[in-house]
Amino acid sequence: MFELRVTPGGNRPIYRQIIDQVRQAVATGELAVGDALPSVRQLAEELVLNHNTVAKAYAELVREGVLDSRHGRGVFVAKRRRVYSAGERKRRLDQALNVFLSEALTLDYTPQQIEEAVTNWLDQMTTSKAKDSEVD
Amino acid sequence: MREDRIAIRTRELTRYFGHNAALRSLTLDVPRGQVTALIGHNGAGKTTLIRLLLGLLPPTRGRAELLGCDSRSLTPEVRARVGYLAEGHFLWGWMKARDAARLQRETFPRWDQHLFDSMLKFFGVASNARVGQISRGQRAGVSLAMTLATDPELLVLDDPSMGLDPVARRALVEGLLAFARRDDRTILVCTHLLDDVERLADRIAIVSHGRLLVDSGLSEFRERVCGWTLDAEFGAQQAAQIPGLIDSRQTRERTHLVVADPDLETEAAIQRISGTARREELTLEDAVLAYLRPAAMVGSISDALEDAR
Repeated sequence: MFELRVTPGGNRPIYRQIIDQVRQAVATGELAVGDALPSVRQLAEELVLNHNTVAKAYAELVREGVLDSRHGRGVFVAKRRRVYSAGERKRRLDQALNVFLSEALTLDYTPQQIEEAVTNWLDQMTTSKAKDSEVD
Repeated sequence: MREDRIAIRTRELTRYFGHNAALRSLTLDVPRGQVTALIGHNGAGKTTLIRLLLGLLPPTRGRAELLGCDSRSLTPEVRARVGYLAEGHFLWGWMKARDAARLQRETFPRWDQHLFDSMLKFFGVASNARVGQISRGQRAGVSLAMTLATDPELLVLDDPSMGLDPVARRALVEGLLAFARRDDRTILVCTHLLDDVERLADRIAIVSHGRLLVDSGLSEFRERVCGWTLDAEFGAQQAAQIPGLIDSRQTRERTHLVVADPDLETEAAIQRISGTARREELTLEDAVLAYLRPAAMVGSISDALEDAR
């Protein structure tokens, strides 16, 4: 079962930690399209957080098209749809690559090693996702 | 009349003690329905601010309003809508928990006995326990229960977790969060515990030497304050070139910079000083310390200790 964990004191703000974990769970197929997430209130109580922090993370995920908020019924994993313009998608990809590659390069990996690692991860993430959609 | 969305409003609020300014021209709005954390050194003026807000101390200049009412002339009706938890959780030791409740019930028209009883249960305090004989954490619980059960619109807390163990601290945070979730309640809390701030706060206000340095949403603050690591010498001359620089700290070979609201110009200035400068993600503590650390402490403590040897 999908479970969120947050740690105060880290270098990711808590609402970012929530966003990261939900995004990742959706990307790996741990959360499938239509799965329900706990309500803002439930999650805030469970994680001992200000409910506005949880609401803010959910709102961002809805804006990105990862989650769907159905009025009065809760929050669900959304069907994939494009919410960004081509330019914005490219900008976000570049930003993600920039963070990732600077981190990887400071760890002294060679470009080849990084490419291999990326390919492996991509394979893993996309196959577990494919398995999930077969079950549907 | 339009409802005032500001629970606490100060304008140029200033207080001197003799020749010493405890608070200097502090202008702050605390919005309704949110949790604002007030952060600063010991002696930064936080307690003075709270005492001015509650009308326990007159300002030297400027003014403060609580729920729309001037702090110097708070009516009993307004006072009854404000809960105040003083530093140290003062309670009379000979009193039983239930007597403490009786005391409050007579003063506060909206007293909620059911809430009081369930808070006692939550903190594991029997209603006939003598306040002087329970643990410090439980005492904090009684004092929080006494305040929350008055059903305040605005809750002001001065360092409520001081001296509490982790269990009592967590219980306190949970109690405050549950209170904050009720409609439109406002909390102003002074604390040094930044992990609790991350759980609790919508906004933070940083006060240093009587001045307000930061007044911002917590997540905006996290996004606006950024760090860089440089492999270069860094002195006053370099510092002058970086717009928005808040703090620089040197370790043996590196310099860590903290900058507010960096833009392309900031980034270019940093790259000119060191082409290999890297962005660094900051913790809340990093960002807050950058504001609070006095200039005299800039530098490396290990160098200082080594020099002293």
